[in-house]
Amino acid sequence: MSAAGRDDFFELDGQRVPLQPGDTILRAAARAGLDIPHLCWHPDVSASASCRLCTVLADDRPVAACVAPAVAGQKVECRTASLDTQRLRLLQMLFVEGNHFCPGCEKSGHCLLQAQAERAGMTDLHFEALNPERPVDASHPDVLFEPNRCILCQLCVRASDEMDGKHVFAIGGHGIATRLLIDSPSGRLGDSALSVDDRAAHICPVGALLPKRVGFAVPIGERPFDTEDTRG
Amino acid sequence: MNDAALAAAGTVLARWRQDPHALVQILRETQALTHWLPRPLLAHIARALGLTSAQVEGVAGFYRFFHTRPSGRVRVLFSDNITDRMLGSEALLARLCARLGVAPGETDAAGRFSVDRCSCTGLCDQGPALLVDHHHVVTRLDASRVDALADLLLAEAPPDAWPAEWFRVDDGVQRADVLLQGLAADAPALAGVLRRAPQALLDDVAQSRLRGRGGAGFPAARKWQACRDAPGPLRCVVCNADEGEPGTFKDRVLLSAHADAVFDGMTVAARAVGAQQGFVYLRGEYRYLLPQLEAVLARRRAQGLLGRDAGGVAGFDFDIAIHVGAGAYVCGEESALIESLEGRRGTPRIRPPFPVQAGYLGRPTVVNNVETFCAVAHIARRGGAWWAGIGTAESSGTKIHSVSGDCARPGLYEYPLGTTIARILEDCGAPRAQAVQVGGPSGACVPASEFGRAIAFEDVPSAGAFMVFDGSRDLFEVARHFARFFAHESCGLCTPCRVGTELVVRRLDKLAHARGAGRGSAFDIERLHELDTLLHGGTHCGLGASACNPLRDTLAHFGRAYVQRSTADHFEPDVDLDAELSSARRVTGRTDAGAHLHTEQTP
Repeated sequence: MSAAGRDDFFELDGQRVPLQPGDTILRAAARAGLDIPHLCWHPDVSASASCRLCTVLADDRPVAACVAPAVAGQKVECRTASLDTQRLRLLQMLFVEGNHFCPGCEKSGHCLLQAQAERAGMTDLHFEALNPERPVDASHPDVLFEPNRCILCQLCVRASDEMDGKHVFAIGGHGIATRLLIDSPSGRLGDSALSVDDRAAHICPVGALLPKRVGFAVPIGERPFDTEDTRG
Repeated sequence: MNDAALAAAGTVLARWRQDPHALVQILRETQALTHWLPRPLLAHIARALGLTSAQVEGVAGFYRFFHTRPSGRVRVLFSDNITDRMLGSEALLARLCARLGVAPGETDAAGRFSVDRCSCTGLCDQGPALLVDHHHVVTRLDASRVDALADLLLAEAPPDAWPAEWFRVDDGVQRADVLLQGLAADAPALAGVLRRAPQALLDDVAQSRLRGRGGAGFPAARKWQACRDAPGPLRCVVCNADEGEPGTFKDRVLLSAHADAVFDGMTVAARAVGAQQGFVYLRGEYRYLLPQLEAVLARRRAQGLLGRDAGGVAGFDFDIAIHVGAGAYVCGEESALIESLEGRRGTPRIRPPFPVQAGYLGRPTVVNNVETFCAVAHIARRGGAWWAGIGTAESSGTKIHSVSGDCARPGLYEYPLGTTIARILEDCGAPRAQAVQVGGPSGACVPASEFGRAIAFEDVPSAGAFMVFDGSRDLFEVARHFARFFAHESCGLCTPCRVGTELVVRRLDKLAHARGAGRGSAFDIERLHELDTLLHGGTHCGLGASACNPLRDTLAHFGRAYVQRSTADHFEPDVDLDAELSSARRVTGRTDAGAHLHTEQTP
């Protein structure tokens, strides 16, 4: 091992970040209060490394910070001009892939995709909209499934598997036709074992899985991401 | 779902002892009996394996060879590599469809047959080819063969009754060096090798400087040593025979003509790393090789080369099983391959841990290419120094090239690494080549000005494909074809690959006037450059990272082909306003001229 001190830190955009055994770059940064933009990572479930928003340069190599082990002495760059552009483009890709209409979405102001896009300074779609046809599933009495907003982050899959022990969700298809599957005879949420009390019903970072009948309980303008400081 | 389907699934499930890790095999074998996989049947299989229906549906929906919608009793898939197209596959597909009265992707109303396309079947030197029921291949298609095929399909003649000549697959060896000259199946010699100390076997491979032949070129000995040193009582050796890179067919020939050498190499690797379990992951397109490979394994068991005390070495228990893939290029990536071996969607794993640390069922696992194992068999007999003496300082040994496209003599050519592209072109008879796609779509498109370069890890690395394009070919269309391939084969996990490969296809389609109403402009080319940068900037696996290689190379070397297609001075949206009204026309049932917008004709 190298000199004392160096073993316990890595450098993120010039700041020393303490690390613990088994840390990923993102987890260590989060503990230190440093933000690495992400969508599909959640501290309570295993990582899927799917959104790629947390891509950083670790010793000049692009890695997903949510799964890349933090290495003592490593130089990690997150806020570079090219990575900022890359993140913006990834967000725009997610926007054109689905059908995201923020003004009409109950999640607006709570939505991590919207917040990351605002922080990234996104003002247009940049790419052509793919306009997929995805029927809404309102069959569940307490939870709405709006696949048009799904970004395939897998958080609901993992929460149902790892925290609820129910395996309500799975990933199906491939390529651009990849989609969220629901484990039920009809394939609809209403016939599944999902309960509104499940973690999986609340972990969605966007408005794809929404508890019903709580719309606008918090008024627009007073939601977590509505404040000026989160807009960057 | 009928009782026959349930009974079919029941038989297959019993044969695999309800092992959820065999899910891909169970689905494949069940579908071979039921033609397609209805949802209730998937639910039945899920219950028997202790999985959820959604998990099984997710696996079935991942592999291109599993059909979750009704399919014909005979399924005909035209190999859709660019080399098949250059040999006229699209016209033959259209001809067959016209005769049968179905469209590509459709099933006959009477349920007799379905016709569609599939990714490269590895028969580029004897194409156009097609795959029948994922079980037979028909080579050397021409109009008369297609007409006869149509008659047989309409008459519902089972494929077993079709002319045997149609199924002929040639090895097509044009130039043999050590690997293709072969190794006599010599049981006593292998036993002698296996009696050496495992570390000595490993040191021999280290001395040979053998690097993996699957594309990445990782030193084989380093992989083996890491596996050997990883903690755990059980280890695995996997032969990657998922030869999915379009234009590559060398592993097909090694498996059909030199299977003993491949199994020798696997056995040596198992002895070196201390593995008990071996797998061959055979791509679904090569399913027709399964009976002969199983026969070779059975003979080797009878010879004592596999099983308990393999090769007569006390305590060395090792056997090999064959798993057949189901049409997923990404499963050539070693961690995706292991996921598939475990019965899951072939999504590349998060690494670390690497397969040498935690692979199949968490066991330290070595995954090497067919050609790598074949080389190991030779190295084990003749020594590492001998192999190291072939090729260049950084690239030892020989390499087999699958040559196809515009040349007089397609087939397999084996040379020492370091051989120039020009030499191979001369030998295969391609005096008018303007470009060669070395290593397949994920490799490099090399223009004529660079034919003096050598195929070696330090110059132009290759996984084995060598597709030749003469001056009559449009490299833009080649790149567009490869872009479609990558979009089709993306596993869908990570955003840049899932969305980016689709956006590349759409942009290229726009330039080709194959989508939308707008003409291409310099703006569209700029967007393509940007997508290329994005996909090279951090995808989950090598598929996404290399998906834009053909785009990047052809933009660099054949930029004129793109510029010619960007005829608009300014950006034009690809929205086709008239097409946007199609749903309104459908709803109102109108087809008259008044229901159409008067749009400018595109050139």
